[in-house]
Amino acid sequence: MIQLLAFYLFATIVCLSGALTILSRNPVHSVLWLILAFFNAAGLMVLVGAEFIAMLLVIVYVGAVAVLFLFVVMMLDIDFTELRAGVMKYAAVGALLALALVAEIIVAVGAWSAGKLALGRRLAPVQDGVPNIEAIGQLLYTRYLFVFEGAGLVLLVAMIGAIVLTYRKRSDVRPQNVGRQNARRAKDATRNMNPAVGQGMDL
Amino acid sequence: MSYSMQLMMTLPELVLAAGSIVLMLVAAWGGQASTKLVSWASVALLAGAGIALAGPSSTGGVAFGGLYRADAFATFAKVVIYAAAAVSILVAPKFFQRTSGEDLRPEYPVLILLSTVGMGMMVSAGDLLSLYVGLELQSLSAYILASFMRRDTRSAEAGLKYFVLGALASGILLYGISLVYGFAGTTLFEGIADAYRAGTGGSQHTGLLFGLVFVFAGLAFKISAVPFHMWTPDVYEGAPTPVTAYFASAPKVAAVAMAVRVAVDAMGPAILEWRQIVIFASLASIIFGAVAAIGQTNIKRLLAYSSINNVGFALIGLAAGGEEGVASVLVYMAIYVVMTIGSFLVVLQMRDEQGEQVETIASLSGMSRTRPGLALALAIFMFSLAGIPPLLGFFAKLGVFIAAMHSGLIAFATVGAAASTIGAFYYLKIVKTMYFDEPAPAFAGKTDLVEGGLIAISAVVISPIGWLVFGALGTWSLVAAKALF
Repeated sequence: MIQLLAFYLFATIVCLSGALTILSRNPVHSVLWLILAFFNAAGLMVLVGAEFIAMLLVIVYVGAVAVLFLFVVMMLDIDFTELRAGVMKYAAVGALLALALVAEIIVAVGAWSAGKLALGRRLAPVQDGVPNIEAIGQLLYTRYLFVFEGAGLVLLVAMIGAIVLTYRKRSDVRPQNVGRQNARRAKDATRNMNPAVGQGMDL
Repeated sequence: MSYSMQLMMTLPELVLAAGSIVLMLVAAWGGQASTKLVSWASVALLAGAGIALAGPSSTGGVAFGGLYRADAFATFAKVVIYAAAAVSILVAPKFFQRTSGEDLRPEYPVLILLSTVGMGMMVSAGDLLSLYVGLELQSLSAYILASFMRRDTRSAEAGLKYFVLGALASGILLYGISLVYGFAGTTLFEGIADAYRAGTGGSQHTGLLFGLVFVFAGLAFKISAVPFHMWTPDVYEGAPTPVTAYFASAPKVAAVAMAVRVAVDAMGPAILEWRQIVIFASLASIIFGAVAAIGQTNIKRLLAYSSINNVGFALIGLAAGGEEGVASVLVYMAIYVVMTIGSFLVVLQMRDEQGEQVETIASLSGMSRTRPGLALALAIFMFSLAGIPPLLGFFAKLGVFIAAMHSGLIAFATVGAAASTIGAFYYLKIVKTMYFDEPAPAFAGKTDLVEGGLIAISAVVISPIGWLVFGALGTWSLVAAKALF
């Protein structure tokens, strides 16, 4: 019973916030609705037992992608009224895309009701009762350890490359030196002076 | 099999990966002053990885459930790759100092090491997954190396062009891989071979064929075979010369070895299907590489077309198939690497009084009088690339032609041999420029001891003295080829 209640709760909020994402006039609000939609979609995933995808949704989509959207929307000075001006011009293309999407949904539902796809040779079928995060971990860190480490090296190269190609030492800026800041003591930085009235003082 | 045993099989990659991470830290703290230390340490690491190859990593074992093959084929390719990588590290510091006026940054050897790890993964891949990850590791490092002289617009252009086109090729390859996986149901080479063995009787045959075509298109890009060669001249011309020497040697060997392994190991039962693709790419590369090189005035572009041309000849051996064909490809690539690296080392010596690199072919005029030793070495490399006996380049070409004849591709071998005479024209034109034209201003600067030594060694290996090692090379390549069958 509680599952059914949770499902309808999450599903309603996903649909509502999805609609509000495209309907709200303020783009920042749109992104915030999108984040809400992601959170509730994650809830739906937990309900069907795909907790790994749920965590991916929250960590990758909410944590990184949506926040990136938010930054872009807030930092770029986009005139949205101007963007909306061309809506009618592209209405036909949009309708076509929507049609394609509807057709895909119909085919997908048809295929789903026709039964499961038989996968040729599954290397590691998941046993019953193993949570899917554990199942992925078992494969990733044993059987595919070699490729996993390789992928790590690819990311390392990407990081080195970004630094090699863009980093340059600049002499015209004054960067923060945390060590020096912390080593500075109050008695080095301030002096107590007692200037006589009417006289200036050397600093 | 125990985990430690599996890790022992990947020891060469482990040595290089761990070493490059440590050297990265040395570079981060040491700054530019540490370049020399990092360079020599990298060469030592490559030598260490080469020694590690003698251990469990050449026993023919399979590690990580088939993801990694530690066989003689991979060992052969890795020895060539490590040697070529070491040379391109050794010659770099002086070049960068001359052309950009500042010391080479220590990330250069580290990136070469990391891309060598990727190449090791490529040539010992037993699964499309490890093949792709290795390929990306190698390519990503190569994109960065191409634009390593970031203040030089040509270098930046080369990097950008390589990156965009390389990403496209990776996409094509990945699409092919996904089709093969979808229709074969596995990414393991053995399983894919089983799926192809079912042949036209199998219900998945059409899908598998599409996958095969896309995979070969992606591979052809990586080995720069026509019609996927367009990036090669621009990238080779724009990239810093030591990097170009590297591109033309180690990654090319790795890509060819990877293509051979995919063709024979994974798609061996479909040889009649992929042979058509390989024969077309091979003839197109030989003819186009030769014809397009004739009009070139820049020596680096010319060598780029020469590398396209040479890949065409290596593909003749692949089209022949069988142990003999694979062995001839390996011998061809080993000899090609020595000739190419030698030629690029001579190009490194071409510089004017200000220390700027000169790249025009016209500036080679009369070099036989101003720099007789260098001219002789370049003449040896050019004669060898043209395939003129008694130099080793001739025997490399002979090997692939004989392999093609033995597998009944007589018309194909004949056309290839005839087309190799077109290529001879532009190689001989360089020799003529050096020996018979009026002298141009002599190149300034002395040849560095290391570079001069490497040029001399390459020239001696290619010359008839190289016959001494040729027999051993042939035996070893046969052992390596046997590992695939």
